[in-house]
Amino acid sequence: MGSQGGFYQSKEFLDLVKSIGEARSKAEEDRIVLNEIDTLKRRISEPDIPKRKMKEYIIRLVYIEMLGHDASFGYIHAVKMTHDDSLLVKRTGYLAVTLFLNEDHDLIILIVNTIQKDLKSDNYLVVCAALNAVCKLINEETIPAVLPQVVELLAHPKEAVRKKAVMALHRFYQKSPSSVSHLISNFRKRLSDNDPGVMGATLCPLFDLITQDVNSYKDLVISFVSILKQVAERRLSKAYDYHQMPAPFIQIKLLKILALLGSGDKQASENMYTVVGDIFRKCDSSSNIGNAVLYECICCVSSIYPNPKLLDSAADVISTFLKSDSHNLKYMGIDALGRLIKISPEIAEQHQLAVIDCLEDPDDTLKRKTFELLYKMTKSTNVDVIVDRMIDYMISINDNHYKTEIASRCVELAEQFAPSNQWFILTMNKVFEHAGDLVNIKVAHNLMRLIAEGFGEDDDNADSKLRSSAVESYLRILGEPNLPSVFLQVICWVLGEYGTADGMFSASDITGKLCDVAEAYSSDETVKAYAVTALMKIYAFEIAAGRKVDMLPECQSLMEELLASHSTDLQQRAYELQAVIGLDTHTVECIMPSDASCEDIEVDKDLSFLNGYIQEAIEKGAQPYIPESERSGVLNMGNFRNQDHHEPSHGLRFEAYELPKPAVQSRIPQAVPPSTEIVPVPEPMYPSEIYQTPTPSNPSNAGSTELKLRLDGVQKKWGRPTYTPETSTSTSTSQKTVNGAAQVEGASTVNSTRETYASRKPQVEISHEKQKLAASLFGGSSKPEKRPATGHKVSKASSHVVEKSHVPKSSKEVASEKTAPAQPPPDLLDLGEPTDTSTAPSLDPFTQLEGLLDTTQVASAANGATAASSSPDVMALYADTPIGIHNKDDTDLLSGLSNPSVTNVPGATAKPQITQSSGKGPNPKGSLEKDALVRQMGVNPSSQNPNLFKDLLG
Amino acid sequence: MIKAVMVMNTQGKTRLAKFYEYLSVEKQQELIRGVFAVLCSRAENVSNFIDAESIFGPDSCLVYKHFATLYFVFVFDSSENELAVLDLIQVFVETLDRCFKNVCELDIVFNYSKVHTILDEMIFGGQVVETSSSEIMKAVEEISKLEAASNAITLIPKSASGWRSR
Repeated sequence: MGSQGGFYQSKEFLDLVKSIGEARSKAEEDRIVLNEIDTLKRRISEPDIPKRKMKEYIIRLVYIEMLGHDASFGYIHAVKMTHDDSLLVKRTGYLAVTLFLNEDHDLIILIVNTIQKDLKSDNYLVVCAALNAVCKLINEETIPAVLPQVVELLAHPKEAVRKKAVMALHRFYQKSPSSVSHLISNFRKRLSDNDPGVMGATLCPLFDLITQDVNSYKDLVISFVSILKQVAERRLSKAYDYHQMPAPFIQIKLLKILALLGSGDKQASENMYTVVGDIFRKCDSSSNIGNAVLYECICCVSSIYPNPKLLDSAADVISTFLKSDSHNLKYMGIDALGRLIKISPEIAEQHQLAVIDCLEDPDDTLKRKTFELLYKMTKSTNVDVIVDRMIDYMISINDNHYKTEIASRCVELAEQFAPSNQWFILTMNKVFEHAGDLVNIKVAHNLMRLIAEGFGEDDDNADSKLRSSAVESYLRILGEPNLPSVFLQVICWVLGEYGTADGMFSASDITGKLCDVAEAYSSDETVKAYAVTALMKIYAFEIAAGRKVDMLPECQSLMEELLASHSTDLQQRAYELQAVIGLDTHTVECIMPSDASCEDIEVDKDLSFLNGYIQEAIEKGAQPYIPESERSGVLNMGNFRNQDHHEPSHGLRFEAYELPKPAVQSRIPQAVPPSTEIVPVPEPMYPSEIYQTPTPSNPSNAGSTELKLRLDGVQKKWGRPTYTPETSTSTSTSQKTVNGAAQVEGASTVNSTRETYASRKPQVEISHEKQKLAASLFGGSSKPEKRPATGHKVSKASSHVVEKSHVPKSSKEVASEKTAPAQPPPDLLDLGEPTDTSTAPSLDPFTQLEGLLDTTQVASAANGATAASSSPDVMALYADTPIGIHNKDDTDLLSGLSNPSVTNVPGATAKPQITQSSGKGPNPKGSLEKDALVRQMGVNPSSQNPNLFKDLLG
Repeated sequence: MIKAVMVMNTQGKTRLAKFYEYLSVEKQQELIRGVFAVLCSRAENVSNFIDAESIFGPDSCLVYKHFATLYFVFVFDSSENELAVLDLIQVFVETLDRCFKNVCELDIVFNYSKVHTILDEMIFGGQVVETSSSEIMKAVEEISKLEAASNAITLIPKSASGWRSR
């Protein structure tokens, strides 16, 4: 009969809940709620409303606000309710205000006084209600108003009050540490409280305090250890047992605290070894909570000063977790493994197959956790397999947030551990192709730079091979639809620079492709700009090589379009292209030298090449140039371009923003800004190339030749730290090599660094492929794969096999769950299922109520016995269909509610736990009472199924 | 620290929502919708944990448990232990069950404030204060007894168990 009080609410509230439940669309629901809001607005402001009515209105307000509608008009009434003398009304008021208001709301000022009064109340329930409000509603400014009372309450005779006062103080500490800093000793005092509940609550603030400042609490290690010992030895009252575990939540909190205190502290850790070891031994690993404690032990062991014996115990627990059929335990196992491998990396080896199983698991959460683990254990020996896996997974998911994360992890790993540059480029291609718009633009610049600079070793051959393979892969990728913009920029740039370099592709091939790109992505101006510049480079190289340039017709039409473009940038580029084509071989060679993207460009800031021209003009009587600083009078728009740009100008600044500082030292102290700059152009190489003649670069910088590709260690060659966006956009950086490159050592040396590991036990039943994958992941293979490409294939194939081998296991798992649910939680989860389908629910008394539960069920209820076979829900029960079968291992709220006649059905099985629910079984008397109550409340049984309420109320 | 507790049914209707840090009503609704969308897409027989960072921001984990027509969802940060929170949900539902005798969705709908009282006894200001189902029951029963005493006007007679919703 427990819930009959629920119908204590008026019929109106019942109707409201019901009609919202029946609403078939959000719009309908909104309409109903808006109606309700109107009604409440009217009623609530009437004078002299009885308290009980008022309380109900407030509950209704809370309800509509929970549904997402604004109930702010009623806040003031909720505040008023907190002033009431009646406990019931007051508590409702406090409930409402804690849900409605935040600590900075204007109405808070009206409540603070009440709270102050209530904290002093004789009735401890009033005090508790006030403390509850204190947690939510008191902000930094109002803390002093209630602080003295709260501190007083720390010594209240009632443990419930002490507990809450501790928490309130903790909350104050969170909001404003300074305001309660002098009271922190109170937490230590409360640790020795007689009541274990208060002690347990005190652990929360202590945990926070210790997280922030470990050293001041080292003296408590002994106390915590002894408390933990007492708890583990069952010295606490039985009331704190949970599933036969002594106060597991307190144990977990204590272990967390110990982990913090023992971290990196040998002396403190030594005090803990015994008790943690005891818990490892005693803990019951068959229950969920037991495993939670065990997991916390592992976390603790991996955080404190390592102890070999404890590490062994931890490893044992991890292996039972990983072998378990429960996904939750596997998840915890993977997480624990990730913690432990930091201390003893070799432990991962014994679990390699379990980890691979988790990688293949359909459970997304588990998969992600496993990728996190792989990310932590990536080395240069297994990077190819792991990154391939990650990319495959990245392609398969839709969640942008996680896709971005995985993509950046791939990039990070590839940058750190890439076995070869070719592999790096291929990997980057994949990442760009599938998550291009999600990765940082810097990554694209790094990639371009890598292709341009090569390996940093003196081998032109390897470099040009790398470039041709890049060009080839890009030409292939261009066939794919909808490539991300960032990736297209990289492609255009590389095609422009190196498209025709090796002679494999003709200029018309490349220009054709580039035109296609510009056309296909015509809305993307940046891509178009890149494409036009690439076109110009190709034509320039052609002219420089002395070949005749034939513009493709599509190229010509593109040019015509761009010459009239609204974008000045595009227009400019198009004009320049036109101009370049008209020039002779020698000039073109000067302005567009082939493969010069890495060369230093010396900026002649003095514009000395104009000297002759100026001389001539002065001779003809022109005024000599007077620097702006020497001039007086107003700036004249005509000459603003000639201003000295380093001079602080008064008034408006007309010149462009300063260019990134060129690495090339300007020779002339008084530099004239490159006034020829037209618009800031996003394309990296181009603008300066046009106007300045590149000087021959100094070959083979000392620094870059040292950058040898090594397979071990964390050599970060083109990683983020060395990157600065300016350098890649203006090519005028100094320390770049020109095509220097050496032998690709990557692939050939992979094997040598691999250690074979003999310790691996023969696992006969494991497929060869899977072993191979495991070996490549965990670095223990006698059969190394050579190239990422093969690694990829292997992993693919193995995943297939693993899937297969997994099938029988999982089906077995299902079977076992069906027959004997392993750790069934108490009562609620009764699977004692009615199997009698013959008792058709012919008549439904409260069809209206069905709507509450499931609108779709209204229809199915009409179909009698067939009703509710679709989903487990309240109504399904009334139809007496065996829902339990659908959700066997679900803990079923309702199954325990099955009505008496049904439970008699032969075959209805009850689980062992049912003993715990004794006395809670169906109670016909109770349901009759409840039924009567409902009728009394005015909810008339309008139709069929007289059993409905009986079932519902047990 | 616990960030939020939600109860919603399999149709996505919110039955209970409590956020331990203030959020605007719109934001709450958005989060609830986000959570429901994820829950819907979960298969049976997978783990009860979800990486909730895309919904709740960094350092947040979500544990849910499916009971008949209801999802019980707890969102918390890394200072809690996932398995333990799973058991916390269990304690919550067990307590509801003791309270309402074979609790069902309707009990939660109609005894809105009672459910809040239970939750407040368990979680206080985002921290777990009580994990013993019997202790919670004791406290809640005492509250209701005193509330009944302070409120002489009763609509319905006291039931055998002495349990009244408010």
